Amino acid sequence: MSRISNEEVARIAHLARLELSANEIAELAGEMEAILGAVARVQEAAKSDVVPTSHPLALVNVTRPDVVRPSLTPESALSGAPASEENRFRVPQILGEEA
Amino acid sequence: MSELIYKSAAQLSESLAKKEVSAREVTQAHLDRIAKVDKAVHAFLFVDTEGALAQADQVDAARAKGENLGPLAGVPLALKDILAQEGIPTTCGSKILAGWRPPYSATVVKKLRTAGVVILGKTNMDEFAMGSSTENSAYGTTQNPWDLKRIPGGSGGGSAAALAAFEAPLAIGSDTGGSIRQPAALTGTVGVKPTYGGVSRYGVVAFSSSLDQVGPCARTVLDTALLHEVIAGHDDYDATSINAPTPPVVAAAKRADVKGMKIGVVKELSGDGYESGVSERFEESLEILRSQGATIEMVSCPNFDYGLAAYYLIAPSEASSNLARFDAMRYGLRVGDDGSRSAEEVMSMTRAAGFGREVKRRIILGTYALSAGYYDAYYGSAQKVRTLITQDFAKAFSSVDVLVSPTTPTVAFPIGEKSNDPVAMYLSDVATIPVNLAGVAAMSLPAGLSEGLPVGFQIIAPAMKDDRLYLVGAALERELAAKWGGVLTTKAPKLISAAGA
Repeated sequence: MSRISNEEVARIAHLARLELSANEIAELAGEMEAILGAVARVQEAAKSDVVPTSHPLALVNVTRPDVVRPSLTPESALSGAPASEENRFRVPQILGEEA
Repeated sequence: MSELIYKSAAQLSESLAKKEVSAREVTQAHLDRIAKVDKAVHAFLFVDTEGALAQADQVDAARAKGENLGPLAGVPLALKDILAQEGIPTTCGSKILAGWRPPYSATVVKKLRTAGVVILGKTNMDEFAMGSSTENSAYGTTQNPWDLKRIPGGSGGGSAAALAAFEAPLAIGSDTGGSIRQPAALTGTVGVKPTYGGVSRYGVVAFSSSLDQVGPCARTVLDTALLHEVIAGHDDYDATSINAPTPPVVAAAKRADVKGMKIGVVKELSGDGYESGVSERFEESLEILRSQGATIEMVSCPNFDYGLAAYYLIAPSEASSNLARFDAMRYGLRVGDDGSRSAEEVMSMTRAAGFGREVKRRIILGTYALSAGYYDAYYGSAQKVRTLITQDFAKAFSSVDVLVSPTTPTVAFPIGEKSNDPVAMYLSDVATIPVNLAGVAAMSLPAGLSEGLPVGFQIIAPAMKDDRLYLVGAALERELAAKWGGVLTTKAPKLISAAGA
């Protein structure tokens, strides 16, 4: 089990869009190592001829009749929004200033 | 009216049907109890006093008109805060959802309302159901009514504690790795994780979608069955819902007969790490089942040894994906939106401010396990273990009707004892996790006390054979309750003095 570096944790945190302080990163690097050390033993059991299971129910393409049903009104859909205007969710800028 | 709180749901149902008592009186008695003891227990995050009384009045009015009501009409219930209830604060134990009032209700909530069940309020839980003690709740820890210095289990510690403190006769939980059964075991109550797909997940905040299952909690096996029957069934709003009749759980609880049944004891879920008091109560329960005419045999499920490891890769992986929806855009918390920051910066800042330590830990772990270069070694291997565990169950169930084990290796531990050691905390769920990985059904019910604290007995049945849990559970409960002079919670501290604390 190779050591998990602070840089690695920071990279993962960026992928997860989770801002972490330097302290949190250092702490998580240590904890990740302990947890991964404890769970890596799945590799002992996972022989190449075992088929992976992603889900306990083997259901595929579950559909229902395509009929119109009542849905939320714009007011209720927006009722929990941190910000809204003109019946829309208002979000911070998505593109940079130069766009 | 205070004696009403000590009655089972089945007893209340009978009194309500005979009009010996009104739904309002029953509801008020439980609201009074909550007001009296919940400062000490902290089982509830929100108590819907007005709403509960209004629901009770509706049931009373319907009964007065002679309408045909279900058995649980007018019986109060505590709802885990993982289920959306329209207009009622739903936090999932997280700051990121503080103040959110969902614009719709979960299917389970709709079914409860249709059945006339009175929803008293929302119960405390580990944030996003990640934990075994409620210490990960952003709103403080729930105390175990048996000993207020100890944890009530988790993640559904609030629902279990509400039952043990007689704040409600019924509760709803959700179980991803043991979050119904482990708290039931540690509080001397009954909890069932139904077959995966047996109860709708629509409107339930997703933690690990291939493992999550909502289920019934109560103080008796029959009450649990009555609630199971109300919440189960196919739902076309949930693509993983099983389209088949619900197993006859209430009939099984009433039959309570194990004569001729084959019961397998899981060899791997005993021995090292299991406290002697836990093992003793387990052995005594086996003896009772044997005396009632069941055959007991040892069964080996060798891959269960890898269950905990597989779970702590699969659940965080799915969680890291599910929790991506908390992006500060459509609902919930938003931090740092000052006009200068990008959506991505606001997202990262919000998630930093809104998620607690354990949730961050699992997001990082899951993102790592799914990331390029590590996927096969971690997530891929864990999925293979899942196959092996499912095969262990299939083999075991080809020779026995149900499997049994202690629900947890230990009784309730003191608050704070494991909160800084994630790996030690994860071990609380070692006996409950294989069930979720295979999607089968399981129950925990009280087996007695060890050093004054409850011990849980776990029964596991094949998928869609949930009725067998109730057949065995009710038979065992009948004998134990006769010995104790009532179900185990009648021995719980009355919490009268705690009210002043």
